[in-house]
Amino acid sequence: MDFVNQLQRKFIDYSSSLHREGIVDDQFTQLRKLEDENSPHFVMEVASLFFEDCEKLINNMAIALEQKQGVDFKQIDECIHQLKGSSSSIGALRVKNACIAFRSFSDGQNREGCLRCLQQLSHEYSLLKNKLQTLFRVSVASRCLYVCLVIFCRGNEHAEPFPDVLVFQLEKQIVAAGGSIPRVH
Amino acid sequence: MRVERVISDENDSFPVGMRVLAVDDDPTCLLLLETLLTKCKYNVTTTSQAITALKMLRENKNKFDLVISDVHMPDMDGFKLLELVGLEMDLPVIMLSANGDTKLVMEGITHGACDYLLKPVRIEELQNIWQHVIRRKKFDRKDRDGSGSQDKPYIDSSEAAGLGNVDHNGKFNKKRKDQNEDEDEERDENGHDNEDLSTQKKPRVVWSVELHRKFVAAVNQLGIEKAVPKKILELMNVENLTRENVASHLQKFRLYLKRISCVANQQANMAAALGSVDSTHLRMGTMNGLGNFHTLAGPDQIHNAAFRSFQHSGVLRRLNTPAGVGISGLPSSGLVQLSPVQNLGNTSTYQRKLQSFVIPGNHNANILQGMPMSLEFYQLQNNRAASHVGQFPSVDNTTVLPVSSISGSLIDAGCSNSPLLGVTSNSLLLEGSSQLPTLHASNLRDSVSGFPNRSTLSDFTSIAPASNQLHGSKADIQDQAFPISCNAGKIISSAPQDWNAPKKDAPYQSNVPSCSINSLRAVNGDMAQLGQCLDQNNPIFNRNVGFDFVDPLSIKCSEGENLAMEPSVIEKEGYLMVQPSRQGIYIPDNEGENFAMEPSVIEKEGYLIVQPRRQGSYIPGNLGSLEDLASAMTKQDHDKGKPTDGDFGYNDYSLRTCI
Repeated sequence: MDFVNQLQRKFIDYSSSLHREGIVDDQFTQLRKLEDENSPHFVMEVASLFFEDCEKLINNMAIALEQKQGVDFKQIDECIHQLKGSSSSIGALRVKNACIAFRSFSDGQNREGCLRCLQQLSHEYSLLKNKLQTLFRVSVASRCLYVCLVIFCRGNEHAEPFPDVLVFQLEKQIVAAGGSIPRVH
Repeated sequence: MRVERVISDENDSFPVGMRVLAVDDDPTCLLLLETLLTKCKYNVTTTSQAITALKMLRENKNKFDLVISDVHMPDMDGFKLLELVGLEMDLPVIMLSANGDTKLVMEGITHGACDYLLKPVRIEELQNIWQHVIRRKKFDRKDRDGSGSQDKPYIDSSEAAGLGNVDHNGKFNKKRKDQNEDEDEERDENGHDNEDLSTQKKPRVVWSVELHRKFVAAVNQLGIEKAVPKKILELMNVENLTRENVASHLQKFRLYLKRISCVANQQANMAAALGSVDSTHLRMGTMNGLGNFHTLAGPDQIHNAAFRSFQHSGVLRRLNTPAGVGISGLPSSGLVQLSPVQNLGNTSTYQRKLQSFVIPGNHNANILQGMPMSLEFYQLQNNRAASHVGQFPSVDNTTVLPVSSISGSLIDAGCSNSPLLGVTSNSLLLEGSSQLPTLHASNLRDSVSGFPNRSTLSDFTSIAPASNQLHGSKADIQDQAFPISCNAGKIISSAPQDWNAPKKDAPYQSNVPSCSINSLRAVNGDMAQLGQCLDQNNPIFNRNVGFDFVDPLSIKCSEGENLAMEPSVIEKEGYLMVQPSRQGIYIPDNEGENFAMEPSVIEKEGYLIVQPRRQGSYIPGNLGSLEDLASAMTKQDHDKGKPTDGDFGYNDYSLRTCI
């Protein structure tokens, strides 16, 4: 149980660190709030879509910037705009700020500056993806853990009593940490 | 003419169940929007394509109550969609954009948006959007339920004066009220009272192609200056159409004319400037554009220009009847189409126009007496034998194909400004606006495949001791099933690349190393333990990076770095990230610490690997089975499709050998 407690604590700490470091902002919290029993994996879904989209856009921009015969800044501008929209929708604060910085270079048609910004953007995106994936895993792990424990409890009537009280506590902890409890029947 | 009477079934619980159509090309935003709207208890339909949205709307005009649309979309400009929806279906449209420039918002208003929201959109904002539906219903009701037209000279004059006025329907109603006799007003209001407002939807006048054609014919006949709703109504001779309906439609129409005239003005200017256009064009352009539209001052000039355009288009119509369905709609449609052109900027606008001029100009100089815009449009349409590009309901909406071939033909025509050509097709044709990005993107894609430098991004390792190894590994990695991971690898790889750039003369940017390194240093937290690791990390990283991608499995214990398998494991999972092998150190006695280390390690290194599963290896034996189960479930949950046994086996192996 201690292990699980620690897991929960880590989840909460990690989650707050994301906010503290400005990797995600309030919009992300809103997204988390939208998750409920009707859409239990909403945040993960949105995040996956965002990752796909972001990668595609970053690649497109990189390709555009590599063009020897002249960089199409308009296309880059469109990519930035779209990325800014989606990053702000998901609450990816640093990615969004990187986009804003990028935009000024793209407006100035500054290829070198754009390349630098692209690097920065790519870095921020990677950071975000890493962190979010960790977050998701911990959240999923805690859910799975709960399931396991429940199964363990249910199937273990003869063994030393694993108090249901503890199970309920665990459930509360998981929910408090932002995870959700799968309904196991 | 269709006047549809719809009995609403949701008015009792309105706004619950209000039917919203959401259009946004960005899947993230679209999903978010859908979820938010569903949370507000609306009935949501989503699409990422404006063309699809139009199709859906045209299929059944009464299927939706409200449309929310993004401004920047690849296949069609959001403002264009806005106009079309307003003109054809008269539905309230809300614009959505990440860009909140005043200019853009102003454009939204000009095109008739009833609201403009900024991304990220919040649920509070969406909770109130039903007001636009109600408001429009109320105004429309007043508009349409008038008992009939009364000859009110001052009303007519107010309409004429209202030419330069972009009053909304509502405002027009107010004006009407101000200037009307009281009896008229009272009659209307009585009419309202008698109706059961709360439970019945107003009969909505749908301006079909047929109807609009009559309208345009009537206006033509009267002359734009003399076209007043009452007379138009008489000429049209349509049942169940009120003067108010005509009046509001006329107002919208005039708005378009004005917009077109702006475009024509720019066009003519540029035509003159470039001088590569047929002289007839120039003359026409001058007449149509420069002279009268230059300042857009005074309604008279606009009248004249519009009138002339009108007349000519009338001629055009007669001349070109076989051109297909909706030819009569050409002038207005041409007008409508051209109006969004402005959105794309003046310079490109004129160039676009120019381009389109060049092609038809070669053929029919005399027909150019008519509206150049409608002409070129006709030309294009003639080529296509396609009906009007989805302007009106009866017209075939599957115009994307002809559009693409049109753009193709434009390009083939070998106009000099090829980038603009795409833009031309973009501007000319409604759905054609999809073509430019498509073409451009496809060009890019094509060029990408053969582009050598692309590999700099795609390379997974920056170390280039053996570039063939890299390519080989790249191929291996790319063969793996996870496009996302692979892409992530591509992107992420830039980090290691840069990390090593100073040493290795990597082809990629050298600025980044400073970025990554700085970020690495910045993330200190409680990573004191990691400090030592970091110092030693460079060589380790280098080695690992190299080894990782060459052959993960062969790395095994070459240097006694058992945890070199970790990276391989990771790589197998498709993360393609370098793991500092120092993680071997992270097998402290205290399992809690493992967790503390885990994410922070990753963070500290600045790499993107998430290996919570490895946490399993750190957990002492008694929970081993549980962890197995959890990990297995996690794996399944994420549906990565990796060989679970192998991974886990590695973890265990590494753990046991290291401890």
